[in-house]
Amino acid sequence: MNNQSDNTLVIVEGVAKVFHRGAEDIQVLADLHLKVPAGEFLALMGPSGSGKTTLLNLIGGLDRPSEGVVEVAGERLDQLSDRRLAAWRARHIGFVFQLYNLMPMLTAERNVELSLLLTHLSKAERKKHVDAALAVVGLLPRARHYPRTLSGGEQQRVGIARGIVTDPTLLLCDEPTGDLDRKAGDGILDLLQALNREHGKTIIMVTHDPHASARASRTLHLDKGQLSDEAVK
Amino acid sequence: MKFFQLIWSNLKRKKLRTSLTLLSIVVAFILFGFLSAVKQALVGGVELAGADRLVVRHKVSIIQLLPESYKARIERIPGVVLATHQTWFGGVYRDQKNFFMQNPVVPEEFLKMHPELVLPPDQTKAWLQTRTGAIVGRKTAERFHWKIGDKVPLRTPIWQKEDGSQTWEFDIVGIYDGKDKRMDTTALFFHYDYFDEARRGGKGQVGWYSIRVKDPGQAPEVARRVDEEFENSAAETKAEPEGAFIQGWANAIGNIVLIVAAILGAVFFTILLVAGNTMAQSVRERTGEWGVLKAIGYSNGQVVWLVLAESCLLTVLGGGLGLAVAWLMIARGDPTGGLLPTFLFPRRDVLVGLAISLALGLVAGIFPALQAMRLRVAEALRRM
Repeated sequence: MNNQSDNTLVIVEGVAKVFHRGAEDIQVLADLHLKVPAGEFLALMGPSGSGKTTLLNLIGGLDRPSEGVVEVAGERLDQLSDRRLAAWRARHIGFVFQLYNLMPMLTAERNVELSLLLTHLSKAERKKHVDAALAVVGLLPRARHYPRTLSGGEQQRVGIARGIVTDPTLLLCDEPTGDLDRKAGDGILDLLQALNREHGKTIIMVTHDPHASARASRTLHLDKGQLSDEAVK
Repeated sequence: MKFFQLIWSNLKRKKLRTSLTLLSIVVAFILFGFLSAVKQALVGGVELAGADRLVVRHKVSIIQLLPESYKARIERIPGVVLATHQTWFGGVYRDQKNFFMQNPVVPEEFLKMHPELVLPPDQTKAWLQTRTGAIVGRKTAERFHWKIGDKVPLRTPIWQKEDGSQTWEFDIVGIYDGKDKRMDTTALFFHYDYFDEARRGGKGQVGWYSIRVKDPGQAPEVARRVDEEFENSAAETKAEPEGAFIQGWANAIGNIVLIVAAILGAVFFTILLVAGNTMAQSVRERTGEWGVLKAIGYSNGQVVWLVLAESCLLTVLGGGLGLAVAWLMIARGDPTGGLLPTFLFPRRDVLVGLAISLALGLVAGIFPALQAMRLRVAEALRRM
């Protein structure tokens, strides 16, 4: 089934998510609806425990909804097998995590290359893509550095390079500046903004920092499993 | 291989733990190599035994002698093509520790019976013509630096000469090799006529007979006929295939194959636990990283493959190193100075060792791999 119309990239319809903790059921999202057009930079805000990351995980195919439909890039994620979902993620989604989540034993370029190992690209082609991604984030000169020798801001840039190296349809950022000081955080936000404006990348960013959300083209608030207070800039 | 860097970097993460695990695997495979060589030395002859050869010994024990006159009677038994005899000499060269097998034989018959023994024609001729001549295997010749023309004294506690002396002198007239490199080339063979004439006691008595049968398929039947021939005589016989005879010698020590299998089973089971524990810890510590890999598109199958590849790399590396060290140590020769004449590491066992190391990796890695496979991505990412 394909519900995608015009340039809508992400469609979330009537989505609910319930976590089971022992005998207790915890409803995190309830009857949630969302549409994200291609090329948008959307900020999802909300207090801790509001379900921001859960929604991001559902859109990124890392988790499955208890109810409802999640359709991204024309694919009903709830209908894909685990194996096809993994392949779909590799093709369409780039992730940027709050704590960078780099492999400590690999250099920056090897970390960025990880997603490309799943493709049929040759070593030379992979290197070309990795260098291009590192150049976009301004870290090509530090390609052979290990994460422990990079600052937090630099590690996050490597994380972003890893997220964009496969040229994904959608970039999902979970508190990308949450672990950085203001200056480094601004650098990352500048970069995300440039990726959105100059490279046309669709970005959904979870944050609870109004300063960060101000960089997005649209901000949605999530509270108690419901989206509200939509404000288009 | 494009994933090698990722797999290798994970092994290097905890260098001490990986090194200790690797070392334990190396030691286990050195032990495997040595026990294989010992097994080969003790029971390897069974594989090389002639299928068409029987050995006839005294029914009571190998140390009981048989009359030389049995030869003619054995040769008359239907199915027998050739019969010859050997006798245990039991000598040492200069020192007790310089022990190796020496047997008096009838040279012409002996060479016909054992075509697997390679002796140049001129040396064969010299042996047949020299009454005190002896041929010695390459290994022993090299061990004692003997060469053709040397006169070597051997002292035996079993056979006295007519003059009461226990030291016998032989002229080395030939150095033989084996057609198969696994063949024992430590023994020395000399003329039975010279021995029988010079010995004080036991004249006309021999240790055992070797028989060649016309049809290997009829060997059990021929053995039965031989034993029937000497039934109720003063020296009853026990005839059996050469392989069974050699196995009997090895069994005097114990069931070598079972002992070796039991020791190696215990060792490899321990190594399995060590490697399994290393992999389980390693996978558990990287829960968040598995989450990242899955998030960026690695499937469950690929995660399983990565863990198994890491586990196999560890065990095959350790196994390969251990086998290589064992190979080098075994290549230096018999560590007992003569008790294990064919002390070598069979190529087949090297391959078996490599297969075992691979199997160890698969078994040690399978549970951690399944653990990594079952991780839910969102949950794993929270543990980064």
